[in-house]
Amino acid sequence: MTGETQALVEVAELCKWFAQPRRSLTHRAETIRAVTDVSFAIRRGEVLGLVGESGSGKSTIGRTILRLWEPTSGTIRFDGQDITRLSRRQLKPLRRRMQLVFQDPFGSLNPRMTVEAILATPLIIHEARLSAGERRERIAGALAKVGLARHYAGRFPHEFSGGQRQRIGIARALMVEPLFLVADEPVSALDVSIQAQIVNLLLRLKDELGLTILFITHDLAVVAHSADRIAVMYLGRIVELAPTRELFGNPRHPYTEALLSAAPIPDPTLQRQRIVLTGDLPSPINPPSGCAFRTRCRYAIADCATAVPPLRPVAAGHLSACIRADLVLGAPVKP
Amino acid sequence: MTVQLEVRHLGVSFRTDDGVVPAVHDVSFEVRQGETLALVGESGSGKSVTSLAIMRLTPPPPRAAITGQVLLRGRDGAIRDLGQLPEGRMREVRGNEIGMIFQEPLTSLNPVHTIGAQIAEALAYHRSIGRRAAFVRAADLLDLVGIPEPRRRLSSYPHQLSGGMRQRVMIAIALACDPSVLIADEPTTALDVTVQAQILALLKDLQARTGMSIVFITHNLGVVAEIADRVMVMYAGRIVEQGDVVPLLTRPLMPYTMGLLRSVPRIDWSAEGRTELEMIGGRVPDPARLPAGCSFHPRCRHALAGLCETAVPELLDAGDGHLVRCRRWNDIRAGA
Repeated sequence: MTGETQALVEVAELCKWFAQPRRSLTHRAETIRAVTDVSFAIRRGEVLGLVGESGSGKSTIGRTILRLWEPTSGTIRFDGQDITRLSRRQLKPLRRRMQLVFQDPFGSLNPRMTVEAILATPLIIHEARLSAGERRERIAGALAKVGLARHYAGRFPHEFSGGQRQRIGIARALMVEPLFLVADEPVSALDVSIQAQIVNLLLRLKDELGLTILFITHDLAVVAHSADRIAVMYLGRIVELAPTRELFGNPRHPYTEALLSAAPIPDPTLQRQRIVLTGDLPSPINPPSGCAFRTRCRYAIADCATAVPPLRPVAAGHLSACIRADLVLGAPVKP
Repeated sequence: MTVQLEVRHLGVSFRTDDGVVPAVHDVSFEVRQGETLALVGESGSGKSVTSLAIMRLTPPPPRAAITGQVLLRGRDGAIRDLGQLPEGRMREVRGNEIGMIFQEPLTSLNPVHTIGAQIAEALAYHRSIGRRAAFVRAADLLDLVGIPEPRRRLSSYPHQLSGGMRQRVMIAIALACDPSVLIADEPTTALDVTVQAQILALLKDLQARTGMSIVFITHNLGVVAEIADRVMVMYAGRIVEQGDVVPLLTRPLMPYTMGLLRSVPRIDWSAEGRTELEMIGGRVPDPARLPAGCSFHPRCRHALAGLCETAVPELLDAGDGHLVRCRRWNDIRAGA
């Protein structure tokens, strides 16, 4: 783990469980364990990739550390301050320091507002004292940062393509000059030729503005080029965390190995090891005992069912939650 | 190998408020028995419209107009132009000789009927088969597509299944009548990567067993490398490159294909330490306002003024059946 001064975001033993209402008098109330006992830190200026399949809890983590959802237990520290129990009023000055970029550039922009009005909203909330002229300047500046011409400010969202809308979503997040961005699947809804534009834009803005980014995605390849480190989630827990090249070249958790082997690579001549997982993701209402992945793991042994394996160091800066330290796992392509 | 499906000079246009908008221009290809042809393109490329036109599922005239021929080799060996069949005969083709699966299995399945009833319905429509026999066959099909406890699953409803299981059910329905051609439109796009790997492995296995031909529509070049024998790349309603999968993905000739391949993030490139992704500037053109000449020239870094915007380039054979629609393919290959 990094030194105290370097981490912008520190999450310790975070849990977020959702209570399901009873479906009928004969049913018991159920709990969805979306995120359980997750700890990690994001260094200043770092891009941390948070990767997992649907239902793994990755978006829940993003929203809980922004305090959009209340954590069930655990602590969240932002810029050295414990924000876990802050009130709405106490949170407001911090909100402008941490912003969210959404997946769906169609659903996340109000269709009845012009781009100017969309971008002015964060300023009206956080910097009410600005004059109209100053506000216009800030809007033009944000549009320029994301590569859109100033005259687009008067248009409505439907006049833009998906890639341009995602640029507007990023500009909105940048209006209040944040330190930290949570980008939740920011390119998943976009065409292939546009995805690279948006990933490159985020990286350029990170360098120019000194941002720290939590990049949430289901697609390992998307963060392959952008993340400094990657955390892999399975059924609400982090199962592996390592620097990107280390994770790809030397995966230590069987689930990461399976994810890497399933990631499509557009080269039909590559000789690759194929691991096709059997079965489905178990339910987060009633997860398997011990290691949640054991029901689909080809290396599982009897001990895997007894206790939840802790996330522990296996090499410098490399954490894995697998009790089988003896395993030699395959990398997709040898580095 | 016998040609199972041949499309000749297919054109599709839609009548809209902006006038008649052509969505597909002069598309020709063939699919041989036991072969997988991948149809690749981004949104608006015309790949899904091409598949719908083959099945005659585009809106009826005058809202949509189809030109050209779609020739299918029937079970009796006779070749028929699907465009000329009366609608009643076409219904015997759909789901029977040509099966189809779509991207979103949840919206393609009826939420108020059991899985068993929906598979049996497909069988009952095309075969004279009793209810009990249809359900026995339905259980066999669920077993074939790898659904555990198939007999119990017959009485499940779609919402009780995971996304991957629902897509397996869709495949079971598509295969119920042993089609000779399967059209799969983005069948794994809504699925997680590990589930996608399961479905691709299943399709390959089923193809090896049945010898069916697959037209696989996707935007994902990584998936193309996994499943395709041959590839057809579409841009703005036209085929821009076509060929066998290995030369097309390893030595592409059309600048659009090259750009796409370079902009795809790859886990193996990360291991080599590359960071910056190359990208194609600009955006896909509006089909109602296509640029003059080559539709790709405004985004192409090899475009030459006075050449590329003058006329739509021909689809040329660059050798070994590798087709490319670019005036400059030879210069670009020599320069690279």
